[in-house]
Amino acid sequence: MLSLLPIDGVLAVIAAWLSIGICGVFALRRFAFVSRVLFPAGGLVCLALALFALQALFQSPQVAVLPLGLPGLPFHLRLDALAAFFLLVIGGAGAGVSIFAAGYFRQGEGTPPGLLCLEYHVFLASMAMVVLADDAYAFMVAWETMALSSFFLVTANHKVPEIRDAGFLYLLVAHVGAIAILLCFGVLQANTGDYTFANMRAQSLTPFWASAAFLLALFGFGAKAGIFPLHVWLPEAHPAAPSPVSALMSGVMLKTAVYGMVRVSFDLLHLQLWWWGALLLAVGLATALFGVVFATVQSDMKRLLAYSSIENIGLLFAAIGLAVIFNAYGMRALSALALTACLFHVASHALFKSLLFVGTGMVLHATGQRNLGRLGGLVRFMPWVAWLVLIGVLASSGLPPLSGFASEWLLLQTFLFTPGLPHPFLNMVIPVLAAAVALIAALAGYAMVKFFGVVFLGQPREETLREAHDAGWLERIGMLWLAAGCVVLGLLPTQFIVLIDRVTIDLLGWGLGRQVAQTGWLILAPFSVERASFSPLLFFGGVLFCSVLAFLLVRAIYHGHMRRAPPWDCGFAWQTARMQDTAEGFGQPIRQIFEPLLRLERHLPTAADREPRYRVVVGDHSWFRLYLPIAHGVEFLARQVGRLQRGRISIYLLYSFLTLLFMLFLVR
Amino acid sequence: MTLSGLLSQCLALVLALVLAPLLTGWVNQWRAWLQNRSGPGLLQPYRMLHKLFNKESVLAESASPFFRAAPYIIFGCMTLACAIIPMLSTDLPLSIAADAIALVGLFAVARVFLSLAAMDIGTSFGSLGARREMLVGFLAEPALLAVLFTASLIANSTALTTIVTSLAHREFAIYPSLAFAGIAFTFVSFAENARVPVDNPATHLELTMIHEALILEYSGRHLALIEWAASLKLFAYSCIGLAIFFPWGIAEAEAPLALIFAIPALVSKLAIGGFLLALIETLSAKMRIFRVPEFLASAFMLAVIGMLVHLLLGV
Repeated sequence: MLSLLPIDGVLAVIAAWLSIGICGVFALRRFAFVSRVLFPAGGLVCLALALFALQALFQSPQVAVLPLGLPGLPFHLRLDALAAFFLLVIGGAGAGVSIFAAGYFRQGEGTPPGLLCLEYHVFLASMAMVVLADDAYAFMVAWETMALSSFFLVTANHKVPEIRDAGFLYLLVAHVGAIAILLCFGVLQANTGDYTFANMRAQSLTPFWASAAFLLALFGFGAKAGIFPLHVWLPEAHPAAPSPVSALMSGVMLKTAVYGMVRVSFDLLHLQLWWWGALLLAVGLATALFGVVFATVQSDMKRLLAYSSIENIGLLFAAIGLAVIFNAYGMRALSALALTACLFHVASHALFKSLLFVGTGMVLHATGQRNLGRLGGLVRFMPWVAWLVLIGVLASSGLPPLSGFASEWLLLQTFLFTPGLPHPFLNMVIPVLAAAVALIAALAGYAMVKFFGVVFLGQPREETLREAHDAGWLERIGMLWLAAGCVVLGLLPTQFIVLIDRVTIDLLGWGLGRQVAQTGWLILAPFSVERASFSPLLFFGGVLFCSVLAFLLVRAIYHGHMRRAPPWDCGFAWQTARMQDTAEGFGQPIRQIFEPLLRLERHLPTAADREPRYRVVVGDHSWFRLYLPIAHGVEFLARQVGRLQRGRISIYLLYSFLTLLFMLFLVR
Repeated sequence: MTLSGLLSQCLALVLALVLAPLLTGWVNQWRAWLQNRSGPGLLQPYRMLHKLFNKESVLAESASPFFRAAPYIIFGCMTLACAIIPMLSTDLPLSIAADAIALVGLFAVARVFLSLAAMDIGTSFGSLGARREMLVGFLAEPALLAVLFTASLIANSTALTTIVTSLAHREFAIYPSLAFAGIAFTFVSFAENARVPVDNPATHLELTMIHEALILEYSGRHLALIEWAASLKLFAYSCIGLAIFFPWGIAEAEAPLALIFAIPALVSKLAIGGFLLALIETLSAKMRIFRVPEFLASAFMLAVIGMLVHLLLGV
């Protein structure tokens, strides 16, 4: 058998994606070929990537140099444990989304299917390249390719003006972020002129320059991840894209920013200062709270999910922050725990958010509606989608025994057990912040109940919803794959932690695996069973056993008689579907409690109105207080510069003449 | 797993399932007496359950399978919750399955399923109740977690059995951090169990009801299971409170014979607790729904202050 190094395998995967994309260009409008052959092939390639990544996790880092790019500036690639883990996430979530996409894309929606196929697979390949890159040049090329390919995917339906606007906003923020990342690499190479990551690792920067590099990385990767206040593009761009692309962007692309943050702060920088961690923690928690409050008040289902992604990214950054704090004080066991929680959540969020986004895609196709106020009752017409989305919803709410809870549990454990931090303030504040994480998690549950309850439960708010059709078989396979991932990750967290262990050992020299091996595979106990333990399988088994036993006993002792009747109408016989709680109504308590966070525009009807209308628009303060002033400033400057532009040749000649004079004066 | 552990586990579970309706009956009876009524008797909840189980279940036409599955899942969750709380003994084999955080997660699962089931029919009351229940929940859940965190920080563990053991072995004194946590816990348990300042279990008034609005569409065996689960929840909450704030009389692994004394200790503590619950319910008035967030936010703040007091002063 041919022995294939994992890095060669990963490169083959990237080449395969690119060739699938090019095939798409040649079959530009042959819809059946693209959707039934190319996309499933891409999905299989994703699976291959996951397998190679799994293999690479257990091997020592491998390097490769690709003779691409400029002369004397080849692409350096390196596949270490961290890269392998993120490739595993890309492959695992990508496989489900690709197979779903095979059934999802419809004919005649904006961009021709072949072109969409090219952009989609270039997007996947560039994400893999970002993770694989081992020098700033290759990284930036891959990063930009990722931004551009996703921009074209977002604007697939470019005939809609809102989608174009969203795309341009995304492109702008992505590039502002990319500049910061480029500058960060510039600081990291410390004037040696060698931009390989190996050289950056060898440099020892002064704390000042290290902090500068860290802050630039935080800005750059934060812009990609949607960290507050750089988040404004995310709720615009993610919903605008076709659903499988939203799934990839929210589920997978945001994780490349997390990857970059971990790579820079744990691998490339040789030292870590505690206040970096504190900053990450503060920014992360603020982002998470902001995201989840906004998620609960949304009335567009894809925007709701986009805000929920902001919340999850915030939690991820907070976890990285904790890892940095502990590592700065040399507490490697706790640092490893925090990083494990972070990476666990990376995988878990990739799966459940992809699942939720593709679920909204199904709803969108079946009903043509994104507005929660016009949906409802879909569990009766699309049971497959509803039940699979329910798994994603429960995982996203952080409910045991699914994957969201396992990562949240690890994160809360990290927050709670901080004794012995040499910094008294941090020592006191961090456990208290655990309460904030609990609040965020509970609010996430609120948002998810709203999402699922309003879309899938109740009665259909429009008559047309009764014709909604369920998912096709390819879509079902894709969703099943993602849902199974949520369940498996949730039920068997210890097995997955063994994989994450390779990363933390590589980066921090410590892993939780030893402890996990001691307590056995059934029980998750990061320190010891006396201190904290959680066994998802026992937990799930317990609930299931009690429920089934109750069911059987009730049937056996009493009876199973049942009768269908109209719902109780409280004596008011004329109940319609419009009388159900709306999405706005469901979010109203949160809107009231968190009013200072939101920018509310209320249009209340007066008593004299012939056609009373009630309208509430929830806006984002940061857009009005931060972005619009900057935009106005730029506009003002542009107008000032524009004065120079008179449109008459004689004036331009005068400018040239004056410039010449000035130059002569300078070089005199 | 030892034989005595298995025994105490089974005993705790059976005791919870049997005694939970009695506790509800006890509280209701005291409420009646304190309000100068004669009351339905202690055994009324059992009669109620028996009656409901015998009746046929009337299901709304639009109910999906989710609606029918929810009562069983909620009942399963509450049963497991009672199984992992060290009410009689700290020697519980099942307690490794879930620690304090997972216990709160368990309550959250039940709440989410109940709320979703209420939204399933699509009547205005159901979704109104679901909205209110989630409103209470999203504030009560972090407050409860913060209370448990205080205890976890004292015991340096989130495992419930370790928390109870280490709290039981402390010197007898009033600890300020636990006092704050205790007040917060009382607030939370009133809210979570739909008791008077937050919700009134005896009313069906549209403007105020929370729990009753959620279960309006349930009937027959489904309603019986939900009512039983609600009793179990009250029982579980009482037992957590008693185990953390009054951890005396709970048997330990080394002394399995203490189990014999643990049962009367638990029953008498529950009896006193139930009386106090009825007393507070009688003395206080139902709040407007808009005041509930303030009530719960103050519980959250108190719990956080409890944590801070422990972290600052170490007591």
